[in-house]
Amino acid sequence: MEDALLLALQLLSATIRVATPLVLAAFAGLYCERAGVVDIGLEGKMLAGAFFSAAVASATLNPWLGLLAGIAAGVALALVHGFACITHNGNQVVSGMAINILVAGLAPTLAYAWFQQGGQTPLLPAQARIPAVELPGVEALAGIPVLGPIYRELFDGNNVLIWVTLVLVVATQWVLYRSRFGLRLRAVGENPAAVDTAGLSVAKLRYQALLVTGVLTGMAGSYLSTGHGAGFVRDMTAGKGYLALAALIFGKWRPGPTLFACLLFAFTDAVQVRLQGVVLPGIGVIPVQFIQMLPYVLTVLLLAGFVGKAVAPKASGIPYVKER
Amino acid sequence: MLLSGSGKGQPGAVPGWVGYALLPVLNLLAAFVLSGLVILVIGENPVDVLSLLLSEALGYPEAIGYTLYYTTDYIFTGLAVAIAFHCGLFNIGGEGQAYLGGLGAGLVALALTGWPWPVVALLAVLASALFGAAWAFIPAWLQAKRGSHIVITTIMFNFIAASIMTWLLVDVLIRPGSQSPETREFDPGVWLPSMDRALGWFGITIPASPLNLSFLWALACCLLFHVFLRRTRWGYELRTVGRNERAAVYAGISPARNIVVAMLISGALAGFVGVNEILGVQHRVILNFTGGVGFVGIAVALMGRNHPVGIILAALLFGVLAQGGGQLSFEYPTINRELVMVIQGLVILFAGAMENLFKPQVEALFRRRGTVAASNAGRG
Repeated sequence: MEDALLLALQLLSATIRVATPLVLAAFAGLYCERAGVVDIGLEGKMLAGAFFSAAVASATLNPWLGLLAGIAAGVALALVHGFACITHNGNQVVSGMAINILVAGLAPTLAYAWFQQGGQTPLLPAQARIPAVELPGVEALAGIPVLGPIYRELFDGNNVLIWVTLVLVVATQWVLYRSRFGLRLRAVGENPAAVDTAGLSVAKLRYQALLVTGVLTGMAGSYLSTGHGAGFVRDMTAGKGYLALAALIFGKWRPGPTLFACLLFAFTDAVQVRLQGVVLPGIGVIPVQFIQMLPYVLTVLLLAGFVGKAVAPKASGIPYVKER
Repeated sequence: MLLSGSGKGQPGAVPGWVGYALLPVLNLLAAFVLSGLVILVIGENPVDVLSLLLSEALGYPEAIGYTLYYTTDYIFTGLAVAIAFHCGLFNIGGEGQAYLGGLGAGLVALALTGWPWPVVALLAVLASALFGAAWAFIPAWLQAKRGSHIVITTIMFNFIAASIMTWLLVDVLIRPGSQSPETREFDPGVWLPSMDRALGWFGITIPASPLNLSFLWALACCLLFHVFLRRTRWGYELRTVGRNERAAVYAGISPARNIVVAMLISGALAGFVGVNEILGVQHRVILNFTGGVGFVGIAVALMGRNHPVGIILAALLFGVLAQGGGQLSFEYPTINRELVMVIQGLVILFAGAMENLFKPQVEALFRRRGTVAASNAGRG
């Protein structure tokens, strides 16, 4: 019983750790897609955030400067996306794809030139990484049967960014449905002409949404390379940006269900790591590649089965051209 | 507002070549200027690097062979993306479809040891088309019947294809006793002849390079693509669905059927990459032989305006980048292959997403000149 609880708690704890970058990226996508800008470049922005925060953290040994650099990189790329899609009415999927390819090349190219370690940054020492939050009272609660382990495994020792993400999730729910900015954001994604008629700038609102997207993706990347990991390695996002996008669609562009979808993907991933090399009764050992593709298969199945017709924000993907 | 492309010499009109020649060239230049900045940041001289890139891609016959070999891949994936575009679909799954196509071609070549190469080549073309199309079928069907977002499903299928191929090569198809995850080498008799060998039969000698007969098949596919799309009823239906799905329904055209057909053709075209890479060059099935060709295909289709002639030219451009860029790392220790991806990304960004970047200024310039010329003519 005690062991089963511990295993479940470790699984949940791993789920939270894996889910954090997914949640940040999915909520990043939530802001811009609700404003009518499709962003398939979450992946690239995350990767850029991961590289630049690791590079700056490694040079200055200050994780907070690293975090800022990661956010700056995410914002810069979001602005590029905005410049192409909002200012010049470019194709949003193409722009996102271009950013992904650009960063997939740029990060290792710069890493190669700056650190001479084959396309990665040096391993970060502990003081250059974003710290975990040690909660008080772990010792005191350890004696209590169920509560003690839960407190220790789930709440203690989480990275700062995990707590920040939690706050952001709650804040997003409020901003989107309770604030003036959120109302305008949703309106500009559904009916930009109406927003325009009301005297608000469609372009400005969409740029604002993209700024939030940039900040969140930068944080997601920062978490990967300086919080969860200890340095940048090639392709370290490994499709997380796309999974986040899938979670967003599965969550039908709403904060709660999107969070749930991210946790579901993360849970699959946590289980996946545990399943590797385990002998299952009657089947034997499942080849590791099949276990690794579980999250992707799950995504396809979810999109095919459960979601049904996912209805995107009406104006999403369509450039807004003022009538003359 | 929409004056571009209308008649010549009219006052205030913008000649058609501005749209399909001048603007792409300007965008390309912008992309190269930014690439130059990146090279500057790395600490090399951009002019030296870019001129070396060009001479390593086009400077001597052997290099041209290599460039055309890369071009072959990009023509296939460019056509694959383009046909899906014509039906209003975004096929980002070219990568996985090409990977599976290579498996199809490889299985045929492994099974038919001792057969004459033309038979093997024909069957390999069929098999790679079949495997590529099969891999595109599931996302297509899900899009047509369930409304599942095809951009997401095709991306997921890329990841799934990578996992399956790794498993096949590590556990199933691996050459017994070998450490590296690849199949045994095919019997030399079934290899697709390289271009230098094929031309040798006619007494023409060119330097050896990976360029092989699949280049001719790629050109033939361009022709077939055009005929299918512009000269057949099926092509017309497909384009109608792409232009206006509701109009298609009223005309009695089934969008679902055409979505599936477009994706099957798209997958088959992407699958042909396997013929070039596996049957023509590697002569065994290896890991990750696709190396991003599916994604470059998107750029090729965009730059080529989804037209076969444009696709050939754009594929050539990306072939030059791949070959020339790959050679740079030998000359410059600070540069590695990934620089090519930077340039590719910038080219896609400028030529694809920001294609209208210079349009207002350039068109205004031409319109002003046109007006001035017309008023001069009126006076004279």
